[in-house]
Amino acid sequence: MTEEIIIAGFGGQGVLSMGKILAYSGIMQEQEVSWMPSYGPEMRGGTANVTVILSDNKVSSPVLHSYDTAIILNQQSLDKFEPNVKPGGLLIYDPNGITRHPEREDIRVFVVEAASEAAKMASAITFNMIVLGAYIKVNPVVELENVIKGLKNSLPERHHHLIPANEKAIQRGMEIVREAK
Amino acid sequence: MDIKEIIKPENLVHKRTPLMTDANLSYCPGCGHGTVHHLIMEVVEELDIQQDTIGIAPVGCSVLAYDFMDIDMTQAAHGRAPAVATGIKRLWPEKYVFTYQGDGDLAAIGTAETIHACNRGENIAIFFINNGIYGMTGGQMAPTTLEGMKSSTTPYGRDYKTMGHPIKITELVAQLPGTSFVTRQAVHKPGNVRKTKKAIRKAFEVQKEKMGVAFIEIVSNCNSGWKMTPNDSNKWMEENMFPFYPLGDIKVEGKIVKDLMKDLV
Amino acid sequence: MGELRLMKGNEAIAEAAILAGVDAYFGYPITPQSEVLEYLTLQRPEERTGMVVLQAESEIAAINMVYGAAGTGKKVMTSSSSPGISLKQEGISYIAGAELPCLIVNVVRGGPGLGTIQPSQADYFQSTKGGGHGDYRLIVLAPASVQEMADFVDKGLELAFKYRNPALILSDGLIGQMMEKVEFPEQKERVTSFDQSWVTTGKTKERERNIITSLNLDPEKQYQHNLKLQEKYRRMKEDIMYETFDCDDAEFLLVAYGSSARICQKAVDEARSSGKKLGLLRPITLFPFPEEVIAKFARQVKGILSVELNAGQMVEDVKLAVNGRIPVYHYGTPGGKIFTPDDILKAIDEKLMGGY
Repeated sequence: MTEEIIIAGFGGQGVLSMGKILAYSGIMQEQEVSWMPSYGPEMRGGTANVTVILSDNKVSSPVLHSYDTAIILNQQSLDKFEPNVKPGGLLIYDPNGITRHPEREDIRVFVVEAASEAAKMASAITFNMIVLGAYIKVNPVVELENVIKGLKNSLPERHHHLIPANEKAIQRGMEIVREAK
Repeated sequence: MDIKEIIKPENLVHKRTPLMTDANLSYCPGCGHGTVHHLIMEVVEELDIQQDTIGIAPVGCSVLAYDFMDIDMTQAAHGRAPAVATGIKRLWPEKYVFTYQGDGDLAAIGTAETIHACNRGENIAIFFINNGIYGMTGGQMAPTTLEGMKSSTTPYGRDYKTMGHPIKITELVAQLPGTSFVTRQAVHKPGNVRKTKKAIRKAFEVQKEKMGVAFIEIVSNCNSGWKMTPNDSNKWMEENMFPFYPLGDIKVEGKIVKDLMKDLV
Repeated sequence: MGELRLMKGNEAIAEAAILAGVDAYFGYPITPQSEVLEYLTLQRPEERTGMVVLQAESEIAAINMVYGAAGTGKKVMTSSSSPGISLKQEGISYIAGAELPCLIVNVVRGGPGLGTIQPSQADYFQSTKGGGHGDYRLIVLAPASVQEMADFVDKGLELAFKYRNPALILSDGLIGQMMEKVEFPEQKERVTSFDQSWVTTGKTKERERNIITSLNLDPEKQYQHNLKLQEKYRRMKEDIMYETFDCDDAEFLLVAYGSSARICQKAVDEARSSGKKLGLLRPITLFPFPEEVIAKFARQVKGILSVELNAGQMVEDVKLAVNGRIPVYHYGTPGGKIFTPDDILKAIDEKLMGGY
């Protein structure tokens, strides 16, 4: 198994930390992992993306030209990465702020209304965990139990009290994700 | 009275310290460098700290200081002696570390290293020879060259409008909290030599107490660079250098002891 | 081995430095390597091992602190990224001239000038040909993973002390910023157990004074010193390191180091799955360069493609090793742009296998 994932959105949406939790979850599941961010001025509120690779084999290139899964959180990222999903691959996106929706018919497209759900849960910081929940529901490449372990490892001790809220958000994401029409 | 009666310990007025090597000094006759070298080595001998002392030789006339001082020494790139000293002292905090720098080295190319080593309060001694000129390269303008003073790159005299002002780096570093003992001395007369030796000794004592930087400026002549006889250069130094670079303690035990505003023209 | 951790390459270097018993780190912030200094200060290394960590006023000051400290026989290091490494070159030349051991890390970004903060391999010439003034060489190690970022700290220092020569870890923003699994060794004691006869720690009655200098005003002495240095650089050949992938039956060869080698691995996998007999040689030491291995491959394969994140630098060394026997091409993207495995596959078809 090798799963090549791009997660892309605005800086501040938790793109990089979501990727980190996913990578840690992979380690908990004894997978080989790599996490490669876009870095630089993007970090200050522009677009941010991270490539995460989970594999049973040693990861070769951390840099990719196409992806098994694209997790998309803004319009710019959708425009940029939709063409790079492998045929038969997966695209998950939050329609919040999206005006041009995915058009490809040779990939599976899923919708997770994470922004509005996070607003309902009155916790913007759980936004990325809702998205993560949606992903592991559609493609259970890592088990929920390992995601929770991954969370514990990637969060500093002083933030461990937030783990239950994050777990709830992941579960909510698993519930609300739906296939796009 | 024969010679054996004369050579007695009680008749000894001066002895060459064994911590100066037998190498011929490469300094011009009449220059102050040799005197300062001797004074530093005399103090190291008297304090019995040869085995714990590391000196930093700069780029400049004293680049070969390690040929003359019988102690472990590291030669530094131009201006970087305080950084090199920091590296040594941080790893060997119980050793005595000093830099020996000229005005171009310390107050032009190495200004950042000087200011920041002083500001961090590194427990080192900085011996700063200020002769207002680049001696080694043949007498070019230095950061401390006086206004109107001629050098090979200010052949018509230093004009502050285009060449900037002479810098009083010693008064500057005195204002930094990391310096504990800051003084300006000279070695052109026996009385001054004695005072300078006292200051050098204090610099090592301050270092032992880990009180921060001891910064000792020695205003010196450069008879070759100034194109004067040694005697004339000393006279010129008294008349021109000392009014602008007045001798005396500036900061003692971390307290400024001088009206700095009066000196900062 | 200790626990498995997910870390950035830059953080791995910092942790490895503490565990390797490094005595001091002197640095200055610059993207994309600032995590080294940040991680070190967060770790309270002065409490963990007594290691000195100091943020200097400039890269120039930092390398001169390294020079001073290295002259006392301690294990010392610095890190920076391309523009900062350029600033350090004077100091590196002094360190090489005075024959001091130390470790320098360059997390390369695109240039020239202030350039970009994106990954690049455009500092190959600077790293392997000397970098500063004078005839000298650094031992250059090129890690291709976060694990190697960690492993090469100890390895680099071992080689630096073996030859009394500065060693350089030539990484880039990609390896520095990416996270992978990394496993660390046990804590080494912070004891410098190497030959101490040359260090400046204070002259004792039992020995002559020690002097750390790169100055020899006598031309004959400086000439002899240079010959001695060159002899040392030739001896370094015994520490050449490289890796090969799918080379046994290869008809065409990629040569790539560091992050490029990682990207090339995927290209080789994909080429192999479409029946192309492609192999990859990854030099791990860039100086000493594995020229004999490349010369050997020049008798096996039909052509070589040197793949680098630059406008063509290592390709010159590959050509020297091949010595005209077979065609040697370069594929690369200068200025901080990263190629993908797909781009390399295209270059393989167009350049390397174009005539076959």
